[in-house]
Amino acid sequence: MASDAFTRLRTTDFRGWVLPLLLLVSWEYTTALQWVDTRIIPSPLLVLETAWQWLISGQLVASLISSLWRDIAGFSLGSLIGISVGLALGISKVTNRIAGPTFHTLKHISLFAWIPLLTAFFGREDLAKVVFITFSTLYPVALGTLEGVRGIPLSQLEVARVYGFNSRQTLFRLVLPAASPQILSGLHLGLIYAWLATIGGEFLMPSVGEGIGFTVIRGRASFHIEQIIFGMLIIGGIGYLFNHLATRLETRLLHWRGRPS
Amino acid sequence: MAHAGTLQLNNVNKHYTVKGQTLKVLEDVSLSIQPGEFVSIVGSSGCGKSTLLRLIVGLEAGYEGEILLDGNPISGTSLDRGIVFQEHRLFPWLTVEQNIGLALENSTLSEVEKKRSIQEHIELVGLKGFEKAHPYQLSGGMSQRVAIARGLVNRPEVLLLDEPFGALDAMTKYKLQNELQHIWQTEGITMILVTHDVEEAVYLGDRVIIMEPRPGRIKREVAVNLPRPRNRSDIEFVCLKDNILSAFGFLHKPEFTTELASV
Repeated sequence: MASDAFTRLRTTDFRGWVLPLLLLVSWEYTTALQWVDTRIIPSPLLVLETAWQWLISGQLVASLISSLWRDIAGFSLGSLIGISVGLALGISKVTNRIAGPTFHTLKHISLFAWIPLLTAFFGREDLAKVVFITFSTLYPVALGTLEGVRGIPLSQLEVARVYGFNSRQTLFRLVLPAASPQILSGLHLGLIYAWLATIGGEFLMPSVGEGIGFTVIRGRASFHIEQIIFGMLIIGGIGYLFNHLATRLETRLLHWRGRPS
Repeated sequence: MAHAGTLQLNNVNKHYTVKGQTLKVLEDVSLSIQPGEFVSIVGSSGCGKSTLLRLIVGLEAGYEGEILLDGNPISGTSLDRGIVFQEHRLFPWLTVEQNIGLALENSTLSEVEKKRSIQEHIELVGLKGFEKAHPYQLSGGMSQRVAIARGLVNRPEVLLLDEPFGALDAMTKYKLQNELQHIWQTEGITMILVTHDVEEAVYLGDRVIIMEPRPGRIKREVAVNLPRPRNRSDIEFVCLKDNILSAFGFLHKPEFTTELASV
């Protein structure tokens, strides 16, 4: 195992770290030398100090839990509805005739354009935010599922017919696995959108309560730039983590496609 | 040994309607196939030979005439009629054993019997050790073997073969032809092979049905009364092959026959 880690360390390309490190060094340098107004650009050490204070006060954990809870709730709900909508539109010609045009028109309405309506219906608290996240997840997941189901070759459907599959067998043994690559990329996209919507929702529907997006807004209100920077880094980090997890999960679940040659 | 079915086709006609025009695909096809018989159907493309198989397996509907299996008219697909397509049509997300297991999804066997049957058929097609492999890890010939195992595993009365070796290289093709013949002999199942390869038709068939196109109909029938396994360079074999090729209107200069066979 140790030699494994060593090999990995040796083969990792560190050139990607050069630019961020340079940025960090010049940031520290300019602030330390007072070349800039440190009220507007605080030093990295100050950001680190703020981070530490947030961590020990428990505020970081509390706001992360609040944001992540809404994110996961909205994402789960949106995925479930998205897959169902995609399946319904992809499998049934009748459903597609009836609901397809509506769906394809609604998806052109910018996500943010829903916010006034959502706040009018659901207020500004958790419910409105979760619905907003649900919406943001729903479209990529539904579109991915639809594309996957449409792409199932007739030849595979004939195999299902030859072996007398009923509709349940056809769904679980053929349609869902055959469409899984597109469903998974829809879910991947949905996960990223959901996190964007989690933060966006906190910015655009501010309310009392906790959230990592609120942290940034409150930093702006009290002119604590270090708080804004710290919040941004956390938001980016979570987004990166989600993307990384989704990529790994996809690779694992889709191993049957073989290695791209 | 599986119960082998008697297949009877009486005056089968089939047409498609393309842009308001009627296109006749099959005209007055009558055929009687005995239990355990191996029948080859040859014809150039467009002679409706694949449509005929699709009708028998139940993937196409809307025909005139009768298709009877053991005296009963067929309706839709059924586990008593199996098929192997030209492309293997394996599900890429399933392993070899899971792909074969697809055919047993609606079988009445117990789980233990299913497992045993799957294993037996993996061994029958010579893929022991590849149970857990995925299709992307298999060669074309191996994939087609899995498809044959899938077609056989639920013990259909009739196995239909729609140019199953058409996409394989010559060496693999010869090998699989021999294996198919061996399986047919041990399982005693009724088999119908559709092919455009005259040599393959003669090598495997008890009878060769020659079809001609526009509209697809049976032109001639040739009995192959040669002992098995047959020798492809045997004079009688070559004569029979030339005889069939001449039915397609080819002048049979021997040096051209193999090329023409694949036209």
